[in-house]
Amino acid sequence: MSTLEIDRIRKSYGIHEVLKEVSISIATGDFLVLLGPSGCGKSTLLNMIAGLDSITGGEVRIAGKVVNDLSPKDRDIAMVFQSYALYPTMTVRQNIEFGMKIRGVPPAEREKAVSKAADLLQMTHLLDRKPAQLSGGQRQRVAMGRAIVRQPKLFLFDEPLSNLDAKLRVDMRTEIKRLHARLGTTIVYVTHDQIEAMTLATRVAVMKDGVVQQLDEPQVVYDRPANVYVAKFVGSPSMNIIPGVLEVQGSTVSAVVDVANRQPARISGIPMSLETARKYAGKKVLVGIRPENFSIAAGDHGSTLAVDIDVVEPTGPDTLVVFNCGGVEVTARLPPKQASAGSEAVLSVDTSKVVIFDAISETRID
Amino acid sequence: MATKAPSHQRQQLLGRAIIYGGLLFMAAFYLMPLWVMITTSVKHLDEIYAGSFIGLPKQITFEAWQTAWSEACNGTACRGLKPYFINSLLMTIPAVLLSTGIGAINGYVITKWRFPGSNVIFGLLLFGCFLPFQAVILPMAQTLGMLGLAGTIPGLVLVHTVYGIAFTTLFFRNYFISIPDELVKAAQIDGAGFIRIFVSIILPTALPIIVVSCIWQFTQIWNDFLFGASFTAGENAPITVALNNIVNVSMGRKQYNVDMAAAMIAALPTLIVYVVAGRYFVRGLTAGAVKG
Amino acid sequence: MSGSIPFSDRIANWLPRLVLAPSLLVVLVVVYLFICWTGWISLSSSMIVPKYDFVGLSQYVRLWSTPRWHTAVFNLVIFSVLFLGITTLLGLLMAILLDQKIRCEGALRAIFLYPMALSFIVTGTAWKWILNPALGVQKVVNDLGWTSFVFDWIARPSFAIYCVVIAAVWQSTGFAMALFLAGLRGIDNSVIKAAQIEGASLPLIYRQIVIPMLRPAFLSVIVLLSYIAIKSFDLILALTNTGPGSATEMPSTFMYSATFRRDQMGVGAASAMMMLMTVVAIIVPYLYSELKETGDGH
Ligand SMILES: Nc1ncnc2c1ncn2[C@@H]1O[C@H](COP(=O)(O)OP(=O)(O)O)[C@@H](O)[C@H]1O
Ligand SMILES: [Mg+2]
Repeated sequence: MSTLEIDRIRKSYGIHEVLKEVSISIATGDFLVLLGPSGCGKSTLLNMIAGLDSITGGEVRIAGKVVNDLSPKDRDIAMVFQSYALYPTMTVRQNIEFGMKIRGVPPAEREKAVSKAADLLQMTHLLDRKPAQLSGGQRQRVAMGRAIVRQPKLFLFDEPLSNLDAKLRVDMRTEIKRLHARLGTTIVYVTHDQIEAMTLATRVAVMKDGVVQQLDEPQVVYDRPANVYVAKFVGSPSMNIIPGVLEVQGSTVSAVVDVANRQPARISGIPMSLETARKYAGKKVLVGIRPENFSIAAGDHGSTLAVDIDVVEPTGPDTLVVFNCGGVEVTARLPPKQASAGSEAVLSVDTSKVVIFDAISETRID
Repeated sequence: MATKAPSHQRQQLLGRAIIYGGLLFMAAFYLMPLWVMITTSVKHLDEIYAGSFIGLPKQITFEAWQTAWSEACNGTACRGLKPYFINSLLMTIPAVLLSTGIGAINGYVITKWRFPGSNVIFGLLLFGCFLPFQAVILPMAQTLGMLGLAGTIPGLVLVHTVYGIAFTTLFFRNYFISIPDELVKAAQIDGAGFIRIFVSIILPTALPIIVVSCIWQFTQIWNDFLFGASFTAGENAPITVALNNIVNVSMGRKQYNVDMAAAMIAALPTLIVYVVAGRYFVRGLTAGAVKG
Repeated sequence: MSGSIPFSDRIANWLPRLVLAPSLLVVLVVVYLFICWTGWISLSSSMIVPKYDFVGLSQYVRLWSTPRWHTAVFNLVIFSVLFLGITTLLGLLMAILLDQKIRCEGALRAIFLYPMALSFIVTGTAWKWILNPALGVQKVVNDLGWTSFVFDWIARPSFAIYCVVIAAVWQSTGFAMALFLAGLRGIDNSVIKAAQIEGASLPLIYRQIVIPMLRPAFLSVIVLLSYIAIKSFDLILALTNTGPGSATEMPSTFMYSATFRRDQMGVGAASAMMMLMTVVAIIVPYLYSELKETGDGH
């Protein structure tokens, strides 16, 4: 168990810069999720923490100690891979034991550690099988068993659930969360799936093209995304980003957005500092509204938009309603059966949750 | 509809007949030389000269095999193929094992421990698969002379090993490249080093390609003639050279049955390997198309 | 920074390179250095033993004014064209026939491929016997009643090279077939099904869809067969021993006899360099394209 500090880490392959001055630091027991699309450098960063890739610049510190020049075996870490990377010619038991064997742990102790890990992951009955005889979920379990048996300072997970089907993925997600609660070990977890990030993380680092866009608690990342990129990447359906104009009247900040074929709508009472708002008054901005922050208007008060509904997509618990606003498609999440395609609806907006982004730099303004 | 179906069926039947007919004809063409070799080798010489070429032997005799094995003359001596068969074994077995072992390690480094320039090295090795040996035979003869290995079996082992490395490296490289790199990473985190990973993780998965490599090298080296003819003479020659000498010796009545028996003896080891492990042999063969 | 790396780890970092180094060194010497060495001999006046003087391209001039070399080059061209053409077509035909869900496919494949396991010396010995006019095929046909049948190519200078073609085709067709079969098996079946649903006949499907998709297999077959053709040496020695006369001389046999029999080492080296250049011209672009494609993740 330990802290992890990543200090201005850089990585290049030739002239191709994959990571650009990434800095992240987490406390003991944290569950850090590196979230980003494929190719943004998540695995590269993880491999550098593990010591599997060389570091072009910057420092990695585990428990306060610089580990840049330590080989993987000396960093006291364990890692779970997307492809599980089980040794195909060894049984499950031999797979789990391999690391301890190399470290010269006596057989009796090994045996004890293996059965403890197998117990914890409920796979005692699998110990004498070969990986080829296991299902995807079972392999995943073995890979985790191989990691936890060593009781490392730091767990590294590289998209461990990506190869599982949807149902199993949810189950294993819960299991990983339970494991973290039980063991309390610091975890770095790579995924491109924002739901995994939201459900598992204590800290999320959203990455794009080798740059960390935002590092924060998941709820903060969700509610107050640092920029349009994060806003769109986290949440499903993603946050609506509607072009509009900022206005300040007295102490009320509002945004005016165009609605297709109708009067422009005014969204008033946006939470941001007056000082900033005045600087942007009368200028174009991007208005971010999450789909669930729309509702059917109860009366004529507050901020309402009258819209023509294009498409209605029932999902079961609620219905997604699509309309056009400010020249972009906007999705609202409403209770079922409250709107139908082709009809008109009057929606109100929970303005306390609205975020505003600079139209050019696309970063959030408060 | 009712009248059309049978004619359609008949057409299909005809098509199948043509396909099978063609294949069986080709099979006959392919088997004919083997048939002729075997039957000729067990006939009496008189029967052969009486004009029985393709027919079954009237009486089976293994005299010709006996002669080919221990008495046939090759121009310098009349000791049959036996000593040369042993030469070929002494040359082939070490060269097969050495080149396969070296190829395995090379393939492992090239795929799992890539470093700047390792691909260039692979490209340089790869050209060795297609080297026309005529282009290196003179310097090799000089070098073997300098090393004191000219005309010896260890010299041939050396030559076959060094020129076998290209192919064996290619085999193992193409096989190991499909083993996920993450396996090596996991083992590194488990604390295993370069050698341990090779021995405990990679090599146990490589059994099929080890077989392919051994079979390919065995066939190539056993069947080689150019190196054998260029670098040895007399009693250290491999079996292919001895066979060619026996067949080309012309004294008295040509003993075709002995020639065929000798050819069969020279062919037998590789034929047996082919029959026992043909699948692996074909894999080696098609690996020449680099992507394998 | 690097001073803090433990010594054992630094060794470990270099171990892969150290392990590969001997192989690299050996190949650099026995392939590339030796090629240069041969090139050097070809520019010298070497006869029985190598001499390291410099006579420019005069050995090449001598080579190209040797009638025997002309025969060799001419034979190589005839042999290559026929051998490549027949082997490719026959191999493709056999692969297509075998791909029709045939019973005993395994056995047939084994029969077509076993010659590849044989030494060219064995093949040559067997075919020399089969093609022998006095006792072989000609006699069999004569005995069957067709007394005027003549098949004595092996004894006639202008036809002997075709005998080499027959034996080489017999030995190598299975190889072409195996490569084509692998290519056919790699083709997505749904493409063929889609064409069948559109009403295309089987021959049409093969001509228009399947064979064009075999392009990579064609490339491999042709390149690898060319390589076999250029270096073929043992087959000729065993089958015709370059005869009758020198009618079946080929560059490979020319090189061998110039060097080891006729004490013209310089000319032999020059002919070896000519062979090498031909192979390089064919193989290097092929290797380059194959490796580039794999690099792109194909
Ligand atoms: N060995 C390598 N050589 C060159 N480029 C690489 C190498 N490994 C990864 N990259 C590049 O680095 C970038 C990040 O890769 P990676 O960390 O695997 O992304 P992620 O895990 O986020 O999908 C990609 O653009 C990839 O092409
Ligand atoms: Mg990745």
